[in-house]
Parts: sequence; C-alpha cells; structure tokens
Amino acid sequence: MAFLTCEHLSIGYEDREVLKDVSFVVNPGDYVSILGENGAGKSTLMKTVLHLIKPLSGEIELGDGLRADEIGYLPQQTFVQKDFPASVWEIVLSGCQARKGFHPFYTAADKKAAETNLKKMHMSEYKDSCYRELSGGQQQRVLLARALCATEKLLVLDEPVSGLDPLTTKQLYKLIAELNASGVTIIMISHDLAASLEYSSHILYIGDGIFFGTTEEFEDSEKGKRFIGRKGEKKDANLK
Amino acid sequence: MQILNDLSLYFSYPFVRYAVIVGVLIALCSSLLGVTLVLKRFSFIGDGLSHVAFGAISIASILHLADQMILVLPVTVISAIVLLKSGQNAKVKGDAAIAMISVSALALGYMLMNVFSASANVSGDVCSTLFGSTSILTLTVTEVWLCAILSIVVLVVFVLFYNKIFAVTFDENFAKACGTKVNLYNLLIAVIIALIIVIAMNLVGSLLISALVIFPALSAMRLFKSFRSVTIFSAVFSVVCALAGMLISILAGTPVGATIVTVDLGGYALCALIGRVARRS
Ligand SMILES: Nc1ncnc2c1ncn2[C@@H]1O[C@H](COP(=O)(O)OP(=O)(O)OP(=O)(O)O)[C@@H](O)[C@H]1O
Ligand SMILES: [Mg+2]
Repeated sequence: MAFLTCEHLSIGYEDREVLKDVSFVVNPGDYVSILGENGAGKSTLMKTVLHLIKPLSGEIELGDGLRADEIGYLPQQTFVQKDFPASVWEIVLSGCQARKGFHPFYTAADKKAAETNLKKMHMSEYKDSCYRELSGGQQQRVLLARALCATEKLLVLDEPVSGLDPLTTKQLYKLIAELNASGVTIIMISHDLAASLEYSSHILYIGDGIFFGTTEEFEDSEKGKRFIGRKGEKKDANLK
Repeated sequence: MQILNDLSLYFSYPFVRYAVIVGVLIALCSSLLGVTLVLKRFSFIGDGLSHVAFGAISIASILHLADQMILVLPVTVISAIVLLKSGQNAKVKGDAAIAMISVSALALGYMLMNVFSASANVSGDVCSTLFGSTSILTLTVTEVWLCAILSIVVLVVFVLFYNKIFAVTFDENFAKACGTKVNLYNLLIAVIIALIIVIAMNLVGSLLISALVIFPALSAMRLFKSFRSVTIFSAVFSVVCALAGMLISILAGTPVGATIVTVDLGGYALCALIGRVARRS
C-alpha cells in the first residue's frame, strides 16, 4: 500500500478546472519532484492533495499507516499579518502541534525536536527574534524548520529554495537528501531542474500533458526530453 | 487619606466587592482572546455579537424570563457560530453580513422594548443594557456566581488550548495541511467569544464590549513581539485598567463601563507612546 494514491484527479477552483486526469502514487521512501512552468497548476495540485481545497473529482487516498497529522508542509507563500507578534521559537514549536491531538502542552521531546530543526536550518541564534523582522530567506528557513517538526514521514515542499542564497540552497538540498535517506518521504515542487534530476527518484511533470514515472523514465520520455531541452535553451539564451 | 476612607467604606458593602471581583474576571477573560480576534480580523464579530445579545436580552425581558441567561447565552453562541461560518465563506461579504445582523438586532431589540415593555423607564433600561451604566452594582449573588464560573471555564479552556489557538491563528493553512482540526478550533474560539460577550455585557454594556477585547491586545502589540508576552501583557493591562476604572467610577460617580473604556484608551495611548520611543532609541 502506498502513502499517497491519486487517481484520475481533476482539480481547480470552483468551476475553473486547472488540471484533469492526474494520477500518481507516492510510496514510502520516495523523493518525488513536481516540475512544470508557472501557472501549470503545481501548487493547486499540492493544496488539493493536502485537503486545503476540494478536488473537482477523483480520489486521494492516504495509506500505509500515514495519518493526516503526520504530514509536514511548506507553502509557496505564507501570508502572515503584518503586525503578528510571534517569535521564531513559537512558530517552529507550533510545527509539533498537529500530531499532539488533544494533548495541550509541548513535551521536552517536542522542544528538543524544535531545537534540532532550528539548528539544521542555522537559525538557532534567532530563536527569540520576532518572525516578521527577519529577512525573506530567514523566514523561509524558519518555516522549513517548522515543517520538519511536523513530520517524520512525509514532507511536502512548495518551492523550498525560493529566496535562499546559493550556499543555503545547496545545504538545503543536501539536508533534504539526508532526510530522504533516513526514511522521510519527500514531495517537492521545484523550478531547479538540475537538482530535481539529480536528487529525486520520481518526477511528476505537469505541462503539455502529464507525466509520472521514475527520473530515468522521465529523461528518456518525449515530454521529458522536450522539457529539459527547453530549460537548457533558456539557460543558453540567458548566457548570451 | 479621604480617598482611602471612602474606598474602605464602599468596600464594606458586599455588592461593591462582588462588582470588583466580577469586573476583574471579565477584564481578564475578554483580554485573552483579543490577540486572536484582532489578528484574524474577527474584532467586528465581537461587535456584531454584542448587538445580537442586546436583541436577545430585550426579548427575554419582554417574555419576563426570570433568568435572562437561558435565552441570551444560547442565542449568542449560535450567532457566533453562524457569523464565523459566513466570515469564512469568501463569497458572502462577511463584514457586510455582520453589520446587517448587528444593526437589525439593535433596532428590533429597541423597538420591542419600546412597544412591549412594562417598565416605566424604557430609555433607562435600554441605556443600561447598551452602556452597562449601573448594572454592575446591582448584581445578584447568582449572577456573580454565574460570571465567576463562566470566567473560570473560559480561562481553563484558553490555557488548555493555548498552543492550538496560536497554531490556528498564525497559519491556518499549515495547521490544516498538517491535520489539525482547524474548523473545530475555530468553532471553539467562536463559542468562547460568545461566552465572553455575554459575561462582559454586565460590566460595560453591549456597545462597549469590543473595547475590552481590542484595547488590551492592541496595546500589548505595541510593546511586545512574541505571542506569549503579548497575551500575558494584555491580561495584566486589562485587569489593571478595569480595576482603576472601577475605583474611579466608584469615587467619582461616573458610569462604570464608560470609565473603564476611557482608562483603556489612556493605557493604549501610553503604550503606543512607549512603543514609539523604544523603537526609536
Ligand atoms: N485562489 C485561486 N483562485 C482561482 N484561480 C487560481 C487561484 N490560485 C491559482 N489559480 C490559477 O490556477 C492556475 C494554477 O496555479 P498554481 O498556483 O497551481 O500554479 P503553479 O504551477 O504553482 O505556478 P508557480 O510555478 O508560479 O508556482 C493558474 O492559472 C492560476 O491563475
Ligand atoms: Mg506554485
């Protein structure tokens, strides 16, 4: 049984269909990258899978003992009220919240996890800072630490490296690969083709038609070749 | 010295002591959820609910219910749930719906009281329901107990659900995606608001309740930057202002609700000033 099975999923907003007939499977230990151009519907798909919006039709099934409160999520954009008073520590710790059920308080283990994840994101020294006074990249790291706190099973990331500097980006990819190696399943939306091809085990491509398969299958497929070619051209054009 | 003598004289009356106890409890409870309400843009719901409660009270008094709470409490709680649901639904203009409900309740309540009331002093009754004028000093022992019990319920629920309330307030989508029962907690928040409003109507009347909810939170947000410190400071701020307001009102003979709100306003101005100075240095 897979962690996540989507069959003939049709998604969109109210009566506007964004994508139809999406089917894919995520097994424990997979590293799935979702590729596609701006506006293709990647974030919409992810929100549907996380039950933030309803699918227009089709099935989303969680399986293999994965519960809804064992999923960590990094949204593409987090809209935080301009004057929200919240310290970095409070936010990271709130990642532990969902799986506590009705248990009211954080335990020493939760705090330990929050501390470890802050350290992984190199944000320990900002523990007591006010979230809204951090830079965009620092905020992203805090939210990543929160997402890491929320799960040991499935991590869903919507463009996690946007706004991060090259060094942190590299470290982050390494970190995600390590997490994956230690058993955390990853679903990641990314515009970083090279990194996706390097790290992921499966690719879900959304664009002129939908492709789902292993990374090798994608590189050999028509759609894959075309997409990789286009991206390559763009890079060359930028260099000229 | 004269003031102290006056105060000790007043405090020898049990109804004054009751009023002060209840006032402090109400101030404490209403400040707790303030931050959440302000940040979720729910502060207007408090306003709408208090008008609904006013309508319910006028109906209860026409029906000559011995205990008005029997009607007022459930009506307000149900309205809270309805308003919250309509506020979430982006298609219905939440704020317009609330404005509509609240003015209708106000108008209907006043009309009913005028038409059916047996009391000789209708405008006096209406005025004290709206502004809470003297009602705090005429509390019965039962009302004091009811207030105390409701306040303790609110306090306990708030402490137990503090972490969840933070998660749901800060980032509802994340909480939902990670499996938190967001709707349940939003419901809980709505019910607590309704409870607080019903309790607080005794103290400041239905028109001024929002002040008790909003001022402490806004003042604390001027000075502090973490959720916990803001929550704690708003509780302290609210209790201090309510105590000061009640003492002033007893000594100077000013209306209780209006005096407390005026003190709140002064406190807010002070916090804003300190916040600005602190930021500049
Ligand atoms: N809240 C919304 N209501 C209606 N339509 C929306 C909404 N959000 C996005 N869309 C539309 O859905 C389509 C897909 O958007 P989506 O955000 O899923 O794209 P994406 O693949 O994540 O793009 P990007 O790479 O820019 O993040 C777009 O055409 C967009 O206009
Ligand atoms: Mg997107």
